[in-house]
Amino acid sequence: MIYTEVYTAPEWNERECLRYAGTTPQAVSVEERSLFEACLKEAESKLTYKVCWGRFPVRRTENGLDFGFFKTDSKALMKNLEGCEEIIVFAATIGLEIDRLIRRYTSLSPAKALFFQAIGAERIESLCDAFCDDLKGKGLQLRPRFSPGYGDLPLELQKDLFRVLDCPRKIGLSLNESLLMSPSKSVTAIIGIGGRTEEEKNKCSACEKTDCAYRG
Amino acid sequence: MKFLEYLKNNILYLDGGMGTLLQAEGLQPGEHPERWNYEHPEVIVKLQKMYFDAGTNLIISNTFGANVLHFELEELDKIVKHALENARTAAAESTGTQEKFVALDIGPTGRLLKPYGDFDFEECVAVFAETVKLGVKYGADAIFIETMNDSYETKAALLAAKENSDLPVLVSNAYSEDGKLMTGASPAAMVAMLEGMGADAIGVNCSLGPKALAPIVEQYLEKASVPVLLKPNAGLPRDVDGKTVFDVLPDEFSDDVAELVKKGVRIVGGCCGTTPDYIRETVAKTTDVKPVPVTDKHITCVSSYTHAVEFGASPILIGERINPTGKKRFKQALVENDIDYILNEGLAQQEKGVHILDVNVGLPEIDEVEMLKKVSFELQAIIDLPLQIDTTDVTAMEQALRRYNGKAMINSVNGKEENMKDIFPLVKKYGGLVVALTLDENGIPDTAAERVAIAEKILKTAAEYGIDKKDIIFDTLAMAISADPNAAFATVNALKEIKERLGCHTSLGVSNISFGLPNRDFVTSTFFAMALENGLSAAIMNPHSADMMKTYYAYRALHGYDENCADYINFASNFVPAATTGTAAPQPAADQQEFKSQLQKAVVKGLKEQAGELTAKLLEETAPLEIVQNEIIPALDIVGKGYEQKTVYLPQLLMAAEAAKCAFEKIKAAMSTGNGSTAAKCSFVLATVKGDIHDIGKNIVKLLLENYGFDVADLGRDVAPELILEEVKRLHAPMCGLSALMTTTVPAMEETIKLIHAEAPWCKVVVGGAVLTQDYADRIGADKYAKDAMEAVRYADEINAAL
Repeated sequence: MIYTEVYTAPEWNERECLRYAGTTPQAVSVEERSLFEACLKEAESKLTYKVCWGRFPVRRTENGLDFGFFKTDSKALMKNLEGCEEIIVFAATIGLEIDRLIRRYTSLSPAKALFFQAIGAERIESLCDAFCDDLKGKGLQLRPRFSPGYGDLPLELQKDLFRVLDCPRKIGLSLNESLLMSPSKSVTAIIGIGGRTEEEKNKCSACEKTDCAYRG
Repeated sequence: MKFLEYLKNNILYLDGGMGTLLQAEGLQPGEHPERWNYEHPEVIVKLQKMYFDAGTNLIISNTFGANVLHFELEELDKIVKHALENARTAAAESTGTQEKFVALDIGPTGRLLKPYGDFDFEECVAVFAETVKLGVKYGADAIFIETMNDSYETKAALLAAKENSDLPVLVSNAYSEDGKLMTGASPAAMVAMLEGMGADAIGVNCSLGPKALAPIVEQYLEKASVPVLLKPNAGLPRDVDGKTVFDVLPDEFSDDVAELVKKGVRIVGGCCGTTPDYIRETVAKTTDVKPVPVTDKHITCVSSYTHAVEFGASPILIGERINPTGKKRFKQALVENDIDYILNEGLAQQEKGVHILDVNVGLPEIDEVEMLKKVSFELQAIIDLPLQIDTTDVTAMEQALRRYNGKAMINSVNGKEENMKDIFPLVKKYGGLVVALTLDENGIPDTAAERVAIAEKILKTAAEYGIDKKDIIFDTLAMAISADPNAAFATVNALKEIKERLGCHTSLGVSNISFGLPNRDFVTSTFFAMALENGLSAAIMNPHSADMMKTYYAYRALHGYDENCADYINFASNFVPAATTGTAAPQPAADQQEFKSQLQKAVVKGLKEQAGELTAKLLEETAPLEIVQNEIIPALDIVGKGYEQKTVYLPQLLMAAEAAKCAFEKIKAAMSTGNGSTAAKCSFVLATVKGDIHDIGKNIVKLLLENYGFDVADLGRDVAPELILEEVKRLHAPMCGLSALMTTTVPAMEETIKLIHAEAPWCKVVVGGAVLTQDYADRIGADKYAKDAMEAVRYADEINAAL
């Protein structure tokens, strides 16, 4: 069974948002601050927060993992799901309007487009956090979320995730030929249930790109 | 009995959910249910027979995802054939005595159309066309297009159905909790577009239960002149002890649906989670309800991909600024393919409050068909106002209407027989509200009576094409009073009679009236008031004219169309009279020490308006290029250096670049009227590589390069290597910049570099983007890795200097 959840605006993380825009709360100038706040105001009412998800058993085979709708031999995912009997697969999106705002301002005001990009990135991450917090609130022990394209997990998995979650119909999320998602501010991921219990403090630790500008 | 005939006098019952029932029969998650048509026909027949037994009139075939994106044509043929056969078998085996029909089901493709997805509109039409043709081949009674959550894809499906069959078409959309489609369309917008294109019934299905869908259905009932359909879910699914249950049971469901049938819904069924029980109870509770007749609502409207604009008592403003006539800078933009300039003209008019944008890009030296197509598409990507497609080129008209997302305004048709023969079929096929000019083979008549006579002829001919008068809006042609003192009367009297006696809406290009006179706005705005008083519904006008806007807001307030005069108060209290002389902004002394000039300060601080104004002021005395060299470039350097030294951050860098762009725009305008030439540096081809749609980084580089005087050819995002090479060769560009954000698209970048190095060895390739590092760049053979936009600019300057 695939479920659809509609959220109200999740908790706001300004520091993270400014980081996506290439600045910090300390460095931001008066002019930047006022533009940033204008963008926030313009975006606020236009965003929707939707998640669709399902729960699936994990079978371990000789070559790797089998979720029924998908088999993989990804080492990184196997490590991530060590000890997990079940996974949650979800797709989340904040809707198409943020893409429209970004596009509208791309030529009119690239500075605003940059802020809308950053707001979109922060909002979708916060939505994923809110969704995971909900699951934790139901008493589930969760592994860090793991998305297609992380480590050696192929982006091709997107096709299977989309089919099993019925994303276009459930939350209006579609996949293009290059396996990118529209609306662009969207996330798909696998979350292991149970397994190791200690929290992983750094979300970026699963990624091999150690010189990334956004590494936390 | 024929399907449409039955629908005329009866309530038509659809089937209920299939997905949940098929899962109970063993359909696995992720498995294609369409294959069950030939793998397990007995199961499909059994379920569909249960629906017929429950009272269903129209079974919708099990072909929701049956299209050539998911199946090879051969398998698709087999699926559709079996699907329709199964439904027919179910009808034959059912004990029900009601009329029984079978519809070909068409669901969404799951792909999002351009500009926000990567699926081309015409490709989408072609995909649906294949399924439609098979539906016709295997004898469907009707086509049921359903669960569409995007207006543009809905249009593609309906167009495919209309172009490939004569079958009745029912169109059903899936709305979100906010009462809009996922891509933003309101029910009124969908009604406008779908009715315009000739859908036989329209309505809503899926997503929510009947109570939650009621307000949306009621909007359909209020606006639609065709039968309305409703196919709700059994509420929302919930997990109870590992089992899926829906929260609206048959009793409540059928009560709610019956209420809506009494209000006028004519076609009902169930979607996700509903079963034959839901249909049986619905039939039982509505079988004695007398069907509410479907009446014509006489609504004159146009729509965009978000909303409809209705013509009524309050006047409609149509912005006239997207038009090259008499505008040097606009012509230059068309010739240079400067779409951004045109888009900004649109945005500026939207900010002034127009309801519709007129789009005219006709210029002898360009390909109007392509340009009109492109400009309407790009406008629809960023502006949610309906467009008025304005061209005399019939091919350009058709191409633009075909791809228009909504119901367009069409400018124009006239009383000439040949012209009506060209235009009316397009209005009929694509839908639209057409502006009809009261002129014919003999030109524009002098008297009002003769103009009205032409209007009557136009209405009569339109009726022969099946076009109702609600879709025609008359323009009685404003002519210059400087040439004929009676011109205004003839125009106004004609429109008054057309409004009152013929009952049609009217529109005028008001500006013509003052042609040849000084301070034209004085005359135009008074004429506008005069015409409004005589029944003018809409005006094609310049929203930047303060006089016109004064008339508009005052007229609405005076006629009681503006509740509490709120719009007028908002307009008038923010009104700033145009400065009579160019007084410069006050200059605080302290800043003068920090910056060399006010313009430099405005650019560095990113103050766009000020930068533009100060440049315009400077241009009165200083040569354009001097301003560039002595003011703008040094200001950009201050910011650029600050960015490199990490005292300035990315947003400020961009804000400064924007302010500089505003200054450059003034300089460009000054030079396009004078004889100066833009002292551009060399050309620079720029693109985000194939497979990657992240373009913010690329756009930043573009903005900075342009500010530094490079002639940037921006190919956009997701660009194939061959296209990039072609442009490099065409311009003999010494440099090409490639951007990629994702690791998965780096191979496409490598391929592009190899191709350029092999075929255009003179061209240096500079790369950048979040995933790239010096090491990566070296490995894929790039000439240069730029860690940020400033570094790309510095490198470009080096190459340019060495040329």
